[in-house]
Amino acid sequence: MVARRSLTQIFAAPLVIAIVSTVGLISALVGDGWWDAVSWAALGLPVLLYLLFICRRRPN
Amino acid sequence: MTATTKSLRRWGAVHKWTSLICTLFMLLLCITGLPLIFHDEIDDLLHSSVKPAEAPAGTAPADLDHLLANALAQAPGKVPHFLIWDRDEPGTIWVSVGPTIDANPVNNLLIRMDTHTGTYLDSPDVTGRFTYIMLKLHTDMFAGLPGKLFLGLMGILFCVAIISGIVVYAPSMRKLRFGAYRAQRTRVVRWLDVHNLAGILLVAWTLVVGFTGVINTWADLVLKMWQFGQLAEMTAQYKDRPVASKLTSLNAAVEVARHAVPGMTPSFVAFPGTLFSSKSHYAVFLHGDTPLTSRLLKPALIDAEAGTLTDSRDMPWYMSTLYISQPLHFGDYGGMPLKIVWALLDILTIFILVTGVYLWMRRRRAGVSQERAIANAAAIDKPALTS
Repeated sequence: MVARRSLTQIFAAPLVIAIVSTVGLISALVGDGWWDAVSWAALGLPVLLYLLFICRRRPN
Repeated sequence: MTATTKSLRRWGAVHKWTSLICTLFMLLLCITGLPLIFHDEIDDLLHSSVKPAEAPAGTAPADLDHLLANALAQAPGKVPHFLIWDRDEPGTIWVSVGPTIDANPVNNLLIRMDTHTGTYLDSPDVTGRFTYIMLKLHTDMFAGLPGKLFLGLMGILFCVAIISGIVVYAPSMRKLRFGAYRAQRTRVVRWLDVHNLAGILLVAWTLVVGFTGVINTWADLVLKMWQFGQLAEMTAQYKDRPVASKLTSLNAAVEVARHAVPGMTPSFVAFPGTLFSSKSHYAVFLHGDTPLTSRLLKPALIDAEAGTLTDSRDMPWYMSTLYISQPLHFGDYGGMPLKIVWALLDILTIFILVTGVYLWMRRRRAGVSQERAIANAAAIDKPALTS
């Protein structure tokens, strides 16, 4: 448990992730090679974060 | 009750009902969509096909009229609707033939031809294939256009559920850090955390894939709009003519189109009288060569009796929107790694759906209204629910 959080605190991380995902969705459309790699990393990020948060064993 | 609580309860009700209505269909779409991401690989694995002859780079392609005649010899009594260059296998050209020119192309026979020798390869019956059954379930549940539009409606509900989900995420996270997963707690708490975490991490992807899916359900209608709009405009002077009967050389028509639209590559030809053309024209559709422009098609209309160019224009915005929404839905524009990421995101979406249904059932059983549980995050911590 943490102290009551403000909307900015709640939505800061989700907003960053949404922007990164959007960059990932677009970049592979723009070009090949590096553009594809950016896309894999950016869209892989939510999956990675999910696994990270679920697997870490730390009391909240 | 404060105005904020009231408004949150309303958002909670929107989230509950839009989700409940679409969940079953979204589960169907996520499960059938998973193998469809890899449909090429699955087809290669399950079905053998005749390989085109090895052709060193720079080998001239076969004359298209010769290729077409060879294809039609394999399908006596049928007429050609489309000639399609395979996107992934440059050695192959598909000829799509039907019983009559106005027959529904959905039931067409597909004949695979060798691009360089112009000879027949095979004509696989795809309708019994696993990927075909998945595709039909995914696009229209074997119910034609009504099925498609129905799934589109479910997709709209899904998008509304995501947006209302973002709103109700806030009260749920008032006292929790981002990414909180209370591993020591009971299942209902853990699954709430999974639902919130996966839901918020995937917001951009689920919205884009969901909404581009909705756009794809309108493809038939958008095509009709183009047919009666831009295509009719381009071929206005031909409007009262019957379907062209004595066709000029297909090969020459494609050459005229290539010349008219320099720098672009032919993608497919629609024969006169099909959905993609007028009654009097070969419509040669060309594409660019970047990942984006390779999806955007530009038609060149060739008078099928005179062999001359009638017109060539960029597609209107609604056709471009449809073409761009396809890769964004399929995830087929960034190689195998992107397909794998797409599949993982799809699996996480299934988690979101399943945990969502579970949370609704648990709260119903515990007698806590979903709206209240959502509006008042503390409700989840009450003893009745943590048993």
